[in-house]
Amino acid sequence: MYLLNRHQRHVVNYSWMLFSLLIIAFLPFMLFGGLYFKSFLLLKTHTLKDLVFSHSWHPSRGEFGFYPFIVGSVWVTLLAIFISTPICLLTAINVTQYAKKRFLRIMHPVIDILAGIPSVVYGVWGILVIVPFISRYLGPWFGVQTMGYSILAGAFVLSIMIIPFILNIMIEIFRAIPTELKEATLSLGTTKWQMVKHVLLRKALPGIIASVGFGLARAFGETMAVLMVVGNVIKVPHSVFDPGYTLPALIANNYGEVLSIPQYDSALMFAALILLAVSLFFNLLMHFFIARYNKY
Amino acid sequence: METAIRIKDLNVFAGKTQILNDINVEIPKNEITVILGPSGCGKTTLLKCMNRLTDLYPELKVSGEILINDKNIFAPGADISKLRQSMGLLSQRPYPLPMTIYNNIAYALKLRGVRGRRKLHLLVMDYLKQANLYEEVRQRLREPASRLSIGQQQRLCLARGLAVNPDIILADEPTSALDPISSRFIDEKFQEIKPHFTIVVVTHVLRQARRIADNVIFMYMGEVVEQGPAKEFFENPREEKTKSYLEGMFN
Ligand SMILES: Nc1ncnc2c1ncn2[C@@H]1O[C@H](COP(=O)(O)OP(=O)(O)OP(=O)(O)O)[C@@H](O)[C@H]1O
Ligand SMILES: [Mg+2]
Repeated sequence: MYLLNRHQRHVVNYSWMLFSLLIIAFLPFMLFGGLYFKSFLLLKTHTLKDLVFSHSWHPSRGEFGFYPFIVGSVWVTLLAIFISTPICLLTAINVTQYAKKRFLRIMHPVIDILAGIPSVVYGVWGILVIVPFISRYLGPWFGVQTMGYSILAGAFVLSIMIIPFILNIMIEIFRAIPTELKEATLSLGTTKWQMVKHVLLRKALPGIIASVGFGLARAFGETMAVLMVVGNVIKVPHSVFDPGYTLPALIANNYGEVLSIPQYDSALMFAALILLAVSLFFNLLMHFFIARYNKY
Repeated sequence: METAIRIKDLNVFAGKTQILNDINVEIPKNEITVILGPSGCGKTTLLKCMNRLTDLYPELKVSGEILINDKNIFAPGADISKLRQSMGLLSQRPYPLPMTIYNNIAYALKLRGVRGRRKLHLLVMDYLKQANLYEEVRQRLREPASRLSIGQQQRLCLARGLAVNPDIILADEPTSALDPISSRFIDEKFQEIKPHFTIVVVTHVLRQARRIADNVIFMYMGEVVEQGPAKEFFENPREEKTKSYLEGMFN
């Protein structure tokens, strides 16, 4: 019947599982190692501090200051998170605690559709809607002259893009809270809002943090849609209406055309390394917070 | 004998299926009333009607009246939070709030309007003692309540339920997940406090019912088959169904 006897099959299965486990466990290290190796050419001649904090980006002169890109990425990402987190949280609370069940049944496919839209489409939508909106209305309203292609445009588009992901997780988190806990809380004489505020939010906190972390990691790495609306000007932005440049956009815009300039290739690898390091950092930070708040 | 809860023509539907069928029940004040019946007969649903936790299930349609202090709890404009606060709830498994041990009780106290740190502290200690938990947790009041054992959690829930200062205690198989010692404690606690409370306990366990019941409501398939004083019910049941249930035919 079988080529191998039971014990042999067990050994094969087991070693196969171990192998795949090892691969998965080592994948980040391999990525890290590869990127580090590739950016070595750059790191040989520049200190890490120079690369991260220098403003001047002139590859032909051998100056590689990543500061504008890092600041651009961080602004766009944090703004996007600040916009989308409250929206997601209120929506998740509303559809799981207040709205009719029917509403949630409609929500789910809508969210899935939003999550499945390619990011180029979001980019186009950003160019057609968000960019003009900022240049014509929002900028003047704040008394600022702006092209519309800006950090804020990137953040808006990005926040819309990550909403389905964050919202999906948050809805699951609130749905997973046992009805009995709600019954126990209400039986103490709380109003529904007190129950949400004092008990459900507390219970959901680790999950909320995790979902935000997930959104953060996604937002930080998102390339196409941001690239299309953020302006791609290599300058440290001073306000959200200024154009900026992000790390993923740097890689996407330049990879493959730059081999004539020495170290450029290596610099783009270094950008990827920063991206990886930052997303790892977010990941660890989230795990720390989750462990901290998960005790209840 | 005074009546604490009077249920009139209570019907509960879930879609087309009827869960409770024309329930008419009187629950005497300051006594322990046990609701008995085989699994799925509607005991939990009946209990949830009394503090309107059925509101949480939009699929349930409730009709009829439940009178507490001669006021219908289903009347429009009834203060549901206040109603629920007048009834402590103890469920089958303990659900501590996601807070510290101390705050689980302090939260209930604050909801009923207790203010001031010192007063809160004294009352928290008092309720912990009442639930026989004080000695075990006094060193760890600031720890999350979820770290307690199940038996300890259930006693914490008892303390929390008492802390809202209710007139009525609703308990749904409160000891089914507990060790014998915690179970016995809760049974005895009910006996001890019944002069001050009206207690309604759902149980599967005949032995427990015999031990604690003053009155029994026996339900079968969504209907009340028989109700009355425990002594009569156990020694001299009127209905055939009751007899076979007491003889263990349903198990
Ligand atoms: N929200 C609901 N929707 C639909 N059916 C329900 C709902 N709640 C209860 N039921 C049904 O009503 C019947 C009675 O349920 P209930 O929980 O009151 O029984 P019970 O007597 O407490 O049983 P047990 O002893 O097993 O706890 C069951 O058939 C159950 O499936
Ligand atoms: Mg039940």
